Amino acid sequence: MPPLLSNLIPLAILAALVFGVARAGRQPLWAEAYRRLRRNRMALISLVVIGVYGGIAMLDSIGWNDSRSAPYKSVLDRLCERPKERTYSAPLAKMTTAEPTLHPLKARHLLGTDGVGDDVLYLTLKGCRTALLLGGLTSLIATPLALAFGMLAGYFGRRVDDAVQYVYSVLASIPSILLLVALMMVMGRGLIQLCIALGVTSWVGLCRLSRGETLKHRDREYVRAARALGLGHGRILVRHILPNLMPVVIISVTLGLSNLVLAEAILSYLQLGVPPGVGSWGNMIDGARLELAREPVIWWNLLSASTALFILVLAFNLFGDALRDAIDPRLRTS
Amino acid sequence: MLSYIIRRLLYAIPILVGVSLATFVLFYAVTPPEQIARKNISAKNPTPEQLKTWLKEHGYDRPLPEQFKKHMTEVMLFKFGKSDATGEQIWTIIGERWKPSFMVASLVFFAGLLTEVSFAVFVAYFRGTYIDIWGTFLFVLLMSISYMVYLIAGQFLLGKVLKYWPLAGFQEGLTGWKFVMMPMVVGVISGLGYGVRLYRTFVLEEIGQDYVRTARAKGVPEQQVLFRHVLKNAAIPMLTSVVSVLPTLLMGSLLLESFFGIPGLGGMTVDAINSQDFAIVRAMVFLGSFLYIIGLILTDISYALVDPRVRLE
Repeated sequence: MPPLLSNLIPLAILAALVFGVARAGRQPLWAEAYRRLRRNRMALISLVVIGVYGGIAMLDSIGWNDSRSAPYKSVLDRLCERPKERTYSAPLAKMTTAEPTLHPLKARHLLGTDGVGDDVLYLTLKGCRTALLLGGLTSLIATPLALAFGMLAGYFGRRVDDAVQYVYSVLASIPSILLLVALMMVMGRGLIQLCIALGVTSWVGLCRLSRGETLKHRDREYVRAARALGLGHGRILVRHILPNLMPVVIISVTLGLSNLVLAEAILSYLQLGVPPGVGSWGNMIDGARLELAREPVIWWNLLSASTALFILVLAFNLFGDALRDAIDPRLRTS
Repeated sequence: MLSYIIRRLLYAIPILVGVSLATFVLFYAVTPPEQIARKNISAKNPTPEQLKTWLKEHGYDRPLPEQFKKHMTEVMLFKFGKSDATGEQIWTIIGERWKPSFMVASLVFFAGLLTEVSFAVFVAYFRGTYIDIWGTFLFVLLMSISYMVYLIAGQFLLGKVLKYWPLAGFQEGLTGWKFVMMPMVVGVISGLGYGVRLYRTFVLEEIGQDYVRTARAKGVPEQQVLFRHVLKNAAIPMLTSVVSVLPTLLMGSLLLESFFGIPGLGGMTVDAINSQDFAIVRAMVFLGSFLYIIGLILTDISYALVDPRVRLE
């Protein structure tokens, strides 16, 4: 894909997000939630953190080639790329480490370098994009699927309901790690395959939730009024019931994003995660296992990747909880 | 009650059929058997005869509908066949390896349960105070750390830095206790955040009830209120979440066993994944689903037994 086209995609996503939030802000439910959120300092900090990560990911998604033969370099690459060293070096050190003869370093590395000499801070920043891409793409795949099946099952009931319940019972009873592993073994490694596999294993929760909510709304007066006016089922589902499901969906997606990002690390250990060429925190954490066993101990790789992962997941968890409390404290189930 | 159990077991059968159908589609139909044969025959460039004999041995050479029928009948009868990689009977392997899995998994689970319930009651006792607020925040923190980081950092800190226990390995019998300690500690701490949050919800739900207010009004000391009244009632949802997990203890945790060198079913699955041994992965998927469904049935039954308000229809 030519660089110009592929640069438009992240900008389009950003535009869609801003537009969506702006439109939602006009509805009383979301305006009230926003007012409550503003008072919660933890939630604001988490939102800022998520924004920072998102910004870094955005910087990494936009780039271009300097000339026909030059490699593709993103904005993040141009800002933060540091010269490659020979091998490991400690943070802020002047010489390499873990080598028979130590060599002086070409430049300062804030968080040290890894086995092939790449700057650890740079690798960590590059991992932001992979993590957010993984979470975002998987949610994009899983959410419409789960919503569609859940709403159909809740609204039409009987046969459709039985069928959908059967499908998700079968999927839910397979242990998720094993299902993930089976899917990845069959599809092979790759970011898209990982997103599909994670989507398949995570849609059941949202499906159950949307089915329950649709059941609650199906017999409300406004739905009966719409039927009496002669509106078709499809229109009622999309224009009347779906907007009422949105709060629950958004909370579930936000909290689910943290689980998705965490799952990537586990899959990398099983050699089923993102391919090693693409920078990701899971790969860094997996590589750290052997590094910790060396003399001298190489700890900065693990610390950097796991801290970055931890802060993002914590931000999603805190923001998701705060969002749920802001929208409707009655939704608290845990 | 008996009719309910029978009905649930009967309903589980179509689900199991669905699971074996899914595994069949995943494994047989998408990967051609020649690929599997090539991976598992030790010779570098197997001759067509070698391929044929291997395929025949493992039953991959029949036409697809016949393989499907064979797969379904075998799996429903729990005949898992031979491993693709080593050629051993899978049931023999399971027979050897389930005991370490069960031992470690039960230890981790029950030690975890005890710790989590204690913390939950402690935090609920001090609800509304700074202990509660900071405690809840601490547990959200613990929940946000990746499981892999717990495993790696735990093994490093406890084994290499502090040198409390051996890094990995396993020994049968009581003398092998020191091999089990590290997986237990790491397993308990990694589950702490999630578990305490869950149990704290149950306890808080009970504390808000009227009967607790009555007990306090009657002058019952707070300790007794908590332990004698609240805990007993909070134990109902706790029990159901415990019982649903019990059958899966047989399978063992994949990552824990693989990290700490415990020769259990989880470690076997991880090895099978790494060596692309589809037969074992298929068998474990089915076994896992079966145990999970049994767990669900046990949960419903225990709920009916423990809570007199619940009637099973």
